[in-house]
Amino acid sequence: MNDLANYNFAYLDEQTKRMIRRAILKAIAIPGYQVPFASREMPMPYGWGTGGVQVTASILGPSDVLKVIDQGADDTTNAVSIRAFFQKVANVAVTTRTADATIIQTRHRIPEEKLGEGQTLVYQVPIPEPLRFLEPRETETRKMHALEEYGLMHVKLYEDIARNGHIATTYAYPVKVEGRYVMDPSPTPKFDNPKMHMSEALQLFGAGREKRIYAVPPYTEVVSLDFEDHPFEVQKFDRPCALCGAENVYLDEVVLDDKGGRMFVCSDTDHCEDRRAHGHAGAMLAPAAKESQEAAE
Amino acid sequence: MATPLVVSEVAKSFTMHLRDGVRLPVVANVSFSVRAGECVVLGGPSGVGKSSILKMLYGNYGVDEGQILVEHDGRLVNLATAEPRTVLEVRRATLGYVSQFLRVVPRVCALDIVAEPLQARGVTAGDARERAAELLSKLNLPKELWSLPPATFSGGEQQRVNIARGFITDHKILLLDEPTASLDAKNRAVVVEMIAAKKSAGTALIGIFHDEEVREAVADRIIDVSEFSPRRYAA
Amino acid sequence: MSAVPLLKVSDVSKFYGSRIGCRNVSFELYPGEVLAIVGESGSGKTTLLSCLSTRLMPTSGVVEYHMRDGQYRDLARMSEAERRFLMRTDWGFVHQNPADGLRMTVSAGANVGERLMAVGDRHYGNIRAAAGDWLRRVEIEEDRIDDQPRAFSGGMRQRLQIARNLVTSPRLVFMDEPTGGLDVSVQARLLDLVRGLVHDLGLAAVIVTHDLAVARLLSHRMMVMKDGAVIEQGLTDRVLDDPREPYTQLLVSSILQV
Repeated sequence: MNDLANYNFAYLDEQTKRMIRRAILKAIAIPGYQVPFASREMPMPYGWGTGGVQVTASILGPSDVLKVIDQGADDTTNAVSIRAFFQKVANVAVTTRTADATIIQTRHRIPEEKLGEGQTLVYQVPIPEPLRFLEPRETETRKMHALEEYGLMHVKLYEDIARNGHIATTYAYPVKVEGRYVMDPSPTPKFDNPKMHMSEALQLFGAGREKRIYAVPPYTEVVSLDFEDHPFEVQKFDRPCALCGAENVYLDEVVLDDKGGRMFVCSDTDHCEDRRAHGHAGAMLAPAAKESQEAAE
Repeated sequence: MATPLVVSEVAKSFTMHLRDGVRLPVVANVSFSVRAGECVVLGGPSGVGKSSILKMLYGNYGVDEGQILVEHDGRLVNLATAEPRTVLEVRRATLGYVSQFLRVVPRVCALDIVAEPLQARGVTAGDARERAAELLSKLNLPKELWSLPPATFSGGEQQRVNIARGFITDHKILLLDEPTASLDAKNRAVVVEMIAAKKSAGTALIGIFHDEEVREAVADRIIDVSEFSPRRYAA
Repeated sequence: MSAVPLLKVSDVSKFYGSRIGCRNVSFELYPGEVLAIVGESGSGKTTLLSCLSTRLMPTSGVVEYHMRDGQYRDLARMSEAERRFLMRTDWGFVHQNPADGLRMTVSAGANVGERLMAVGDRHYGNIRAAAGDWLRRVEIEEDRIDDQPRAFSGGMRQRLQIARNLVTSPRLVFMDEPTGGLDVSVQARLLDLVRGLVHDLGLAAVIVTHDLAVARLLSHRMMVMKDGAVIEQGLTDRVLDDPREPYTQLLVSSILQV
């Protein structure tokens, strides 16, 4: 690709990558600890994944296979743009198939398919500091992390129960990593929290505007905070995916018309397509598609 | 000990820094003792230093020279030089005081004010209140006042609350600063009777009584405080 | 009467550059004892309080605390983690402005419960019950438990701050002008409450105030400060009834009589 002449491989210069890799190594060495790094200006606005993109750019090699998802979907603007960006500046292979990817950059979801050794999940993080909303002073929150003073985190959960009768935090649900640091898992639904625990894949978190990188190495304990009498629970859906019939997956609500018509479908588009390709069908799968699938079987 | 209070060679003066440091000698060479079961009355004209002596005994006033020895918890304590926390402990356990005026604590009702010294000595709230109620009815304080804070009480009513508070415990030494000043004849008689009871229980009492009748009724001995006038020694 | 002091203060001085904050202050505080530090603004009383409570490091001198394990520890030699742990368990600090000591945007219940959660309590029901109990003890209606202190009056906020501090049964509480800025009637209620709690819980307290009536009502002992030094100290009623030093006499004679 001739356009490449103007860019270093994967857009960032090698010194920057080196700096970011050092931050990543430190983050892996201290699971859950937020490592400051010199976040660069990227050709996209803050809030669009500049942190995740810098992490991906720093770990990406020519032989990697990249997948990018946004809210579980491979075909949304943010995912498409970032995927195209790395195709252009690194000329790497891309995929939508979770199993084929070596690096998955994500915004707000963890794929339904279990990740394995050798895979790396890169999270885009807007606000890395879980204590921020209760204690706005960064000097104080850093001290609280250093001294393991995490009572405040439970204050937030207490407030939830007091107000709603249950822990109403459904995303960015705080976790304790390897029994030490409390960490914000980025705004993933708490449905995905259990997937972080003892994951075989490496999990890296990049916050571009906030200039922080943190990590959960493979096979690390990740425990969602809770109370003895209000234990952590994930969301439960009372129906399967309308397209592929999957149960125990995270569903998105899709409005179909202006008469109240709606359907609930897998938020992980790759997972959904894969299941349909294997003949699973949900209640609202178009009859034609159903027939062609039946014919295929 | 038969003599729980011994005062020897106590002197007191005030230095008025706001009036160019003028020094006002109050008393000098105050020496006396009080035996258990005895009521000693400080006599003499007003301004001679009677109240000042009581306040020194209780620790409200500092002492320039001399010793104030009380028997407390099986040992002798010199209140003239004791640490504040020792003074407080002596007050809690050994040395009682009925002041002329009640120092009102906001919002605390009369009954609880009276019961407090007993509670401070470890009596349960219920028992202490029961005993306080007995004393207040003995002193003819109308029952409807018991549950009110005494801030708005009349002088006589406040004084009866104060007396009950001072008499409720079995302190071995009791200081009385004109406890009957604002009382009518009937209640004065009650106080006289209460003092007699304390005496027979072995309490050492020392007091100031302007009312001659009461003084005659309670005093075993009258000490003329003008004997301790500093001018006398200066001369 | 406990024979061992809770706090031993030896020759504490604090300089701000060449300016004196407080100098050569020594005293001991025993369990259950309430000490008032009085003096006008700028006399060094707040600096001293900060030095005692580890909010400031003294320039010289030693502050030792009798830990629950029976050992004396030099506060300046403790790690920050240990000091902060002490601050939220065995100590309390009541600020003049409740907003400095409360989280204004979390509920009253959570404000009280925070210390319990900080020491590892992880049972919501128990935390909430303890918070409710403490609200009652400081005379805040229990149905206000889920309201934020923003919606409370000044007196209620101050009572809430006290509850927040006392929930872990501290042995020593520092108070900086606890009744400052409150209406007289609200003050009286607060003073009575503090007096009762100190007595019932056997708390030791160091109270900074410029109000001699507050000192008279709450404290056993007092220290008068001027220009950074303690100029007179002793039994509270002795200092107030028989002030010796010119400045103390001036202070006492300046009390408004009602």
